[in-house]
Amino acid sequence: MAQEKTFAQIESRYFWLLAALGALVVGAGLYSAYFMESHGHVVTGMNNHVVWGMPHVFAIFMIVAASGVLNVASVGSVFGKHVYKARAPLAGLLSIALLAGGLTVLMLDLGRPDRIIVALTNYNPTSMFAWNALLYSGLFTTVALYLWTLMEKRMNPWSKPMGFVVFGWRIILTTGTGLIFAFLVARQAYASAILPPMFIVLSFAWGLAVFLIVQSAMFSWNELKLNPAIQQRMKNLLGVFIVGSLYLVAAYHLTNLYFARESAFEHFILVSGGIYPALFWGGYVVVGSALPLLLIFTPGMGKGIHVLAASLLTLAGAFALLYVFIIGGEAFPLDIFPGYQVISSSFGDGQVASYAPSLPEIVLGTGGLAIAFMITIAGVRALNFLPHDDPKAVHQD
Amino acid sequence: MNVLRSLYASSRARIAALFAVLLLAMTPAWGDSLLPKLDIGKGGHCVRDPKFMRANHMYLILHQRDLVVRQGIRGSKYELTNCVDCHASKVNNSVLGTNQNFCQGCHVYAAVKIDCFECHSSKPQHFPAVADNAAIDPTAPIAPKEKQ
Amino acid sequence: MSDINHGRRQFLAQGSALAAGIAIAPGMLLFDFAHARPAGVPASSAVRWGMLIDTTQCESGCDACVTACRKENGWPEPKTAQDVQWIRKVEIKQISTGKQINLPMMCQHCAEPPCVDVCPTAASFKRADGIVLVDKHRCIGCRYCMMACPYQARSFVHEPVVDHSSEMPRGQGTVESCTLCVDRVDRGEQPACVESCAKEGHKALVFGDLNNPNSEISQRIRSVASIKLREDLGLDTAFSFVGL
Repeated sequence: MAQEKTFAQIESRYFWLLAALGALVVGAGLYSAYFMESHGHVVTGMNNHVVWGMPHVFAIFMIVAASGVLNVASVGSVFGKHVYKARAPLAGLLSIALLAGGLTVLMLDLGRPDRIIVALTNYNPTSMFAWNALLYSGLFTTVALYLWTLMEKRMNPWSKPMGFVVFGWRIILTTGTGLIFAFLVARQAYASAILPPMFIVLSFAWGLAVFLIVQSAMFSWNELKLNPAIQQRMKNLLGVFIVGSLYLVAAYHLTNLYFARESAFEHFILVSGGIYPALFWGGYVVVGSALPLLLIFTPGMGKGIHVLAASLLTLAGAFALLYVFIIGGEAFPLDIFPGYQVISSSFGDGQVASYAPSLPEIVLGTGGLAIAFMITIAGVRALNFLPHDDPKAVHQD
Repeated sequence: MNVLRSLYASSRARIAALFAVLLLAMTPAWGDSLLPKLDIGKGGHCVRDPKFMRANHMYLILHQRDLVVRQGIRGSKYELTNCVDCHASKVNNSVLGTNQNFCQGCHVYAAVKIDCFECHSSKPQHFPAVADNAAIDPTAPIAPKEKQ
Repeated sequence: MSDINHGRRQFLAQGSALAAGIAIAPGMLLFDFAHARPAGVPASSAVRWGMLIDTTQCESGCDACVTACRKENGWPEPKTAQDVQWIRKVEIKQISTGKQINLPMMCQHCAEPPCVDVCPTAASFKRADGIVLVDKHRCIGCRYCMMACPYQARSFVHEPVVDHSSEMPRGQGTVESCTLCVDRVDRGEQPACVESCAKEGHKALVFGDLNNPNSEISQRIRSVASIKLREDLGLDTAFSFVGL
């Protein structure tokens, strides 16, 4: 067995190069935001029907993954599995990084980003967004405290209760993310009680996929070796989560298909909507779920490179699903006059709205990913976040 | 430290330092000449005295806007449209445009961004907004609308 | 003098009653909306502003209401899907019967507005007299209300505004919709769309106080069958439609 490296000995030789690349992308994202704010949203592909576009696809992915990546920590602190406990600090760091990136994208996409202080000082208690302002900032605080209990030796006894707090907080937070959409009574794509649990299980899958990718990258850049037994357990868990999310997405669509008034919408999303069925079936179901499951569970596969590929494909599926869910849900016309067909309207009533992602939106979203990247690499370099695995602990539980 | 000491010792450095001190001492005089010279439009008797307004006009506006928008209380003398009516420059019919205009002059001097005119008109219009987004000719005569 | 002409007395009594009625009745009808709210008095929940849209009078191809709203409130002629529309004409056809109907579509000023529920800063709010507005001082441009509205009533200002109206401030990055011409209503006038429809001779739009049982709109709603749009959502809109 190779000699375990201490924190002081771990130093990635690629750090400055990675930091420079990350800073470049962050800068591009910030410039994009400035461009959108000074010219107005007319420079984006968003319009009065598809009001949330690519920035929201990126942001909601990052926020859901931020909550889900804490699962790794929870399995350690809440369920007591030692292999996961060693990974809790990195999971906490990733959670903070992803949340910061996602929130930055959301806030910079606002029509009036200079008015953030208004959002932080005026709360409407019936609005999920207002609750999110408190839940998200609360997650930063609780995860930071949790990291402190994990990494400061004398605070270690507090890590279990803090782990419970973080576990509870993020379940509420991800429920909130689902409720953003569930509360929209008018839209056929949303207004469903299944959305909060669906988002929670999606977060499990996406969070673990992100963790596996980052773990793989960090270990490789810092010239560490991951114990194959640990790899095996984590990849099986990813497989379970992918199946779980497939189940909830299927339940959502099957229930909708049963209602006559929803059948036009479901037909649009699953069959006739062009880009939307293509992304749903091809992007989420095949590339994002079936292929990763094959890579994970086929005997003879499940090696490091397969797990990395499966995780990356899962994330591609995540983006595809969010595009269909958010943008497809907005593109489908509202049913304002049930029993009537719209012949003409200057505002696109009754017609499927068109949307094409624009460069400023995509660059802004990617800038958010880059912010998460920068926080992660800086954190790993500065503090002892990477897991130190005790070889005996792998077979302990 | 040694570098600084040797710098101080040189006579050239001492003359430069004296010059800098003189410049700084003159700043009050400069400050006065940098103060905005405002075109106060119609002017006359403001709703409150100038000293009070300089310090507190923003609080009047902030309070007043909630009364109008959220409660529907109209007719207050503190409404923004009243300010614009009186203080719009007779040259360009606006409170913005140059550093002599009423709102812009002081705000540029104090480096405080004005948010109001992103939405509010900086011109004392009393006629309905022009159709088809044509630019208003500031030198055209204003036709006042009957306000009840 | 003993033969009182009852016939003439009756005629005079009825005639003067009729004359008094003709003199007073228009005043009664106009009372609810010609009455400007005095300065310093807040909007009150004793009044609930509403509108009745008679689609049988709405003419296909006429967009007087849309043009009037544009001119009154200062929004430019829409050319793309990113352009603002506070009101639009919609032509619909009943699927079962083929009957074609024409109507204007704008904010329904619900009593239980979903847009107010979802707004994080309470910028979207319902005034005491029922008018649903966006407080542009607080709007951060998140567009959540646009997602929530069942009637696609709201628009986002995608570009800088170059031609500000002094009565209806509007700016880039905020969300806006029909305000029921709140500044005109507060002055005792009718919304621009209602006035223009009457001027065109169609009189398809009736505006008034729903809480006043004697107002023209209340009397019309009691006498003619009308529906609210998407009544199943339980939003209690202030708008009703005849002929749908």
